[in-house]
Amino acid sequence: MNPLSAFAYLLSSVLFILGLKMLSSARTARKGNGFAALGMLIAIVVTLTDQKIIDFSYILAGLIVGTAIGLVLAIKVQMTAMPQMVGVLNGFGGGASALVAFAEYLRLSGDVSLTVWKGGEVGLDVLITIVLSILIGTVTIVGSMIAAAKLHGVMRSAPILYPMQKQSNAALLAVILGLGVFFVLDPSLWYVLLIIVLLAAVLGVTSVIPIGGADMPVVISLMNSYSGLAGATTGFILSNDVLIISGTLVGTSGIILTNIMCKAMNRSIWNVLFAGVGVEYDPSVQATEQRTVVNYTPEDAAYMLGNAQSVIIVPGYGLAVAQAQHVLQELAQLLTQKGAMVRYAIHPVAGRMPGHMNVLLAEANVPYDLLLEMDQINDDFQNTDVALVIGANDVVNPAARYKKDSPLYGMPILNADQARTVMVLKRSLNPGFAGEDNELFYDKKTMMVFGDAKATLTKLVQLVKQ
Amino acid sequence: MSEALFFSITIFVLATFIGVEVISKVPPLLHTPLMSGSNAISGITLVGSLIAAGEGHGGLSVVLGMIAVIFATINVVGGFLVTDRMLKMFKKDSSKKP
Repeated sequence: MNPLSAFAYLLSSVLFILGLKMLSSARTARKGNGFAALGMLIAIVVTLTDQKIIDFSYILAGLIVGTAIGLVLAIKVQMTAMPQMVGVLNGFGGGASALVAFAEYLRLSGDVSLTVWKGGEVGLDVLITIVLSILIGTVTIVGSMIAAAKLHGVMRSAPILYPMQKQSNAALLAVILGLGVFFVLDPSLWYVLLIIVLLAAVLGVTSVIPIGGADMPVVISLMNSYSGLAGATTGFILSNDVLIISGTLVGTSGIILTNIMCKAMNRSIWNVLFAGVGVEYDPSVQATEQRTVVNYTPEDAAYMLGNAQSVIIVPGYGLAVAQAQHVLQELAQLLTQKGAMVRYAIHPVAGRMPGHMNVLLAEANVPYDLLLEMDQINDDFQNTDVALVIGANDVVNPAARYKKDSPLYGMPILNADQARTVMVLKRSLNPGFAGEDNELFYDKKTMMVFGDAKATLTKLVQLVKQ
Repeated sequence: MSEALFFSITIFVLATFIGVEVISKVPPLLHTPLMSGSNAISGITLVGSLIAAGEGHGGLSVVLGMIAVIFATINVVGGFLVTDRMLKMFKKDSSKKP
């Protein structure tokens, strides 16, 4: 590599780091993304001009096809479908890393027909990283696609469980690693590498199917991390610094987000990956409980809201399912015009991936300075007239504070119950993902307004206007 | 252990520290764009794909390289564009005084 291109690669790495750094504020974030894209462009141009590339036809074909598909995906995707989108993109990144590792193996073997190993002495480190890159990359592409299919409703989102699941997955991983050692000792055994690919694909499937739909945000974050690690290992194979740096950045980012999601859901990563919890609730059990809630009409709710000085909105994913973000913002603006202080309280797991609810509300033109994190707003609930809970459940369930036998116990929640009045717009009394009944709904100061969120909010807008 | 490997490991370790420092400063508000944006950055594996597809050794290695170029390009183009689409929507409250 000549010094000029080495310098250009360094520039790319700096632009990536700078781009991520600028994501620390909504003001600079868009420019930061542009910086990172510029870094990528520089890396691509340098590679095309400097490296020992002699045939551009395949490259050009690949770039055109990839750009076309990427463009269509990016323009068409709905904001609600963002988790699937990120999942699919993770998968392609991981897959590309695995393919590059395999291609590098073929180059080193010196014989494309694979029958004879003509490669000279290849370092143990290169062979080990080839196996790792292929393993991580294959698990990433297959696992991500399964996760995306579950999120998109193409596949049933309920966990698929069978006996000895953990043990068989662990055994599978052990077999793969064993084969990896076998291959490293004798790299002429190309078919061992193929078997590793196949088994890694199986592991990708069997490790994601036991995880329920509600836990998918964690899986997507974890796959994000894997796709970075796959890139970093490919960097080790090619001794390419920019690959190692950016792969590692993405790897740490994914791990940090996975950790944040797990904490907010009150689960350990092992619990998410191996326990198979999520949407296992049995409606017949809940039906036996005889507690009554007070059912209010939209008229009651509109009167209450019209007189409120301060309102905190607690949105859940049910809001996005009902496509009611825009009407909600209309209502919020109306109340603001009437002199009320209206803000939004965003729980870390609101939505289907980290930060998802913020994107959905930004799409509905909610200014981002009204979107407050749990820690910023939790103390304000006690001085608030109305907490308006829409399509959210577990994240406001007080059982998380004291009910030791509850799956929610210990989970950080929004203090909606401390507001003077709690207003809950909900389709039915069904419990949330955790299957835990929410006593907030039975509280004396809680107004339950049943019905479709969008229809109810539309009604509220009309009533408040009058 | 070869010198090149040791150098790579050094870079890996230092990059981990930078990653933790930089990423932990990103507010939850922007976690979704962070995921899609960092995801696009992981498409840097395109660099390796380009080399594999263009080396002209012929045969399987080049075909794998081309598929890798397609995958990585989807990752890069889709990732950066969709991140930009999201970040474009984040606006400050214009009615408030600064």
